[in-house]
Amino acid sequence: MITLDVLKSLGVDTDKGLAMCMGNEALYLKLVNSVPTEKRFDDLAKAIDEGNLDAAFDAAHALKGVLGNLSLTPLYDKIAEITELLRGKADADYKGLMAELISKRDDLAEYCK
Amino acid sequence: MYKVLESVRGKRKVLVVEDEMINREILGNMLKGEYEVVYAENGQQAVDILHMDYDTISLVLLDLMMPVMGGEEVLRLCRSDNNLSQIPVIVMTQDEDAEVSIIRAGADDFIKKPYNMPEVVLARCERIIDLYEKKRLIDSAEIDPLTGLYSGEFFFEYIKQMEKYSDIKMDAIAMDIEHFHLVNEIYGRSEGDRILKRIGSMIMAELGDSYGIACRVSADTFYIYHQGSGNYGKLAEKILTDIAAVSFEKAKIRLRIGINKNVDRNDPPEQWFDHAKLACDELRGDYTRQMAYYDSVTHDKLLYHERLIRDIDTSIANKDFAVYYQPKYNIEGDEPVLQSAEALIRWNHPEFGMISPGDFIPLFEGNGLVQKLDRFVWEEVASQIAKWKEQFKATVPVSVNVSRIDIFDPELENRLLGMLDKYGITTNEVLLEITESAYSDSANRLIEVVNNLRDKGFRIEMDDFGSGYSSLNMLTTIPIDVLKMDMKFVRNMLNDDKSLKLCELVMDISRFLGVPVVAEGVEEKAQLDKLKDMGCQIIQGYYFSKPLPAEQFEELLAK
Repeated sequence: MITLDVLKSLGVDTDKGLAMCMGNEALYLKLVNSVPTEKRFDDLAKAIDEGNLDAAFDAAHALKGVLGNLSLTPLYDKIAEITELLRGKADADYKGLMAELISKRDDLAEYCK
Repeated sequence: MYKVLESVRGKRKVLVVEDEMINREILGNMLKGEYEVVYAENGQQAVDILHMDYDTISLVLLDLMMPVMGGEEVLRLCRSDNNLSQIPVIVMTQDEDAEVSIIRAGADDFIKKPYNMPEVVLARCERIIDLYEKKRLIDSAEIDPLTGLYSGEFFFEYIKQMEKYSDIKMDAIAMDIEHFHLVNEIYGRSEGDRILKRIGSMIMAELGDSYGIACRVSADTFYIYHQGSGNYGKLAEKILTDIAAVSFEKAKIRLRIGINKNVDRNDPPEQWFDHAKLACDELRGDYTRQMAYYDSVTHDKLLYHERLIRDIDTSIANKDFAVYYQPKYNIEGDEPVLQSAEALIRWNHPEFGMISPGDFIPLFEGNGLVQKLDRFVWEEVASQIAKWKEQFKATVPVSVNVSRIDIFDPELENRLLGMLDKYGITTNEVLLEITESAYSDSANRLIEVVNNLRDKGFRIEMDDFGSGYSSLNMLTTIPIDVLKMDMKFVRNMLNDDKSLKLCELVMDISRFLGVPVVAEGVEEKAQLDKLKDMGCQIIQGYYFSKPLPAEQFEELLAK
């Protein structure tokens, strides 16, 4: 199970994340632990692969809310960037951005086994 | 008390509608200390839960983007449903630009995503719940659940609001049902309620868009405040026809309507309706009318009379009442001779000053209080006669009034004799005046009383003869000693032939009975001469003297 120290070392704003969980560390860590298996990552990747920007936006938008609530800063910053691009259906390297996001998720996943 | 309420009420329930598990858990964790939390993963689930538990859910926290049914659709359904619209909704959104459109769509507030700090979320939830609960409390007290009209308290509150912005002429109307408790008893409570409900909706329909409001102020009493142009009689007819048509049991009811037209804004609104109700109450038992208008003159008179009734005892005790003496002259000889006097009561009210006997005597005759005045006068007169006897070694007899109510007093003779005894005077010195109206009440009792009093030596004068139900039969059955001609005849005798003839008739009757006649109200020499020609023996009136206070009357006695 992941710890607060590890999260801090990954650049997560654990103080804010904990505060959002009313200081309930067990709950916070349990929720963080469930992030790597969050189905929305797959939804997003699939939508980008298919070039379906609307579906991609929905998934990114949902992920942004979740990652933001847990204050997972490195992941949040990336998903926020993707979400804003998708909102305007901007011409961008979504696959590259997605790869960066997945890499950060996998960093987290290393500790979430 | 609040603690008790809290424990009775338990925790308030909040419905969290959110498709993301992590978000649901975070919110649930924030709320669970203060609230019981229930969850829905999409809009459809939320609507199902709301339809089932709308009366126990205090707040909905609603995500917008969800599968199956989105938050906007939930919001739309909530706002168009009577039950669901009673529950506040806080929308959770990442999209700050959407705030205005969310509030417009009927959300009460919004929470940003990522969430604000828990204290902020909790404070917003608490504020909105509090607001809605107060509003619901107010709503429930505002409307009478049976009729849908306002409750009494709110009615007056709204009138005060209306009055701030308007000065158009308004009417206050009170409407009630005669013997409504009987309607309930005969036809059953539910039929009674049906009728009230029907009246409520008829009033509401009649008011329509016009400037006016209505309430059910108590069981079967309705108040309407309406721009002064309504045809309320027509409204009553409409209601009655309608009720006859819908009434399950064909209940026959009678509506009474009291109207205080063009209310007086110097009085408080409650008083406008007190007055309307007063007019309404006037109709009690009067099946010939169903509408009455409040009339301030009548009402003021009523209040004035109530005041006089309240003050009589104090005024007797304080001697605000005084006895005046009007001399009666014998005109049989060349020179008029003071023969006797009539005791007349005067009321010098501490607040109103001199009150005309015409204002209070009929009032007190009507309610029996005149008995108190009579006894006061008897006592005063007896004591005065005793004083004069002592002072002048002689006096004249004084007539006192014996009212109808006294005739029924079983102690009348003892009371009068006891008084003579107390002051050492005799039945020769006090004359008793009775009016013929006592005869129509109870002829036998009057005959008995008069006979008894005469047996004891009292002389009886028949007052106001000819004014009421004069009965020749009465004169043959009641032995009297003097006839007093009604002053109206005397007043008109010179310019009205009929009155003159009546005077002559009274004289004829007196000759037939062998008793003298006193003519009252003589003001002119011409009247005196005429009466003397007719053979009238005794004259009372302003021609000789107005009623005098005891000390002035003494001057006449001294001569």
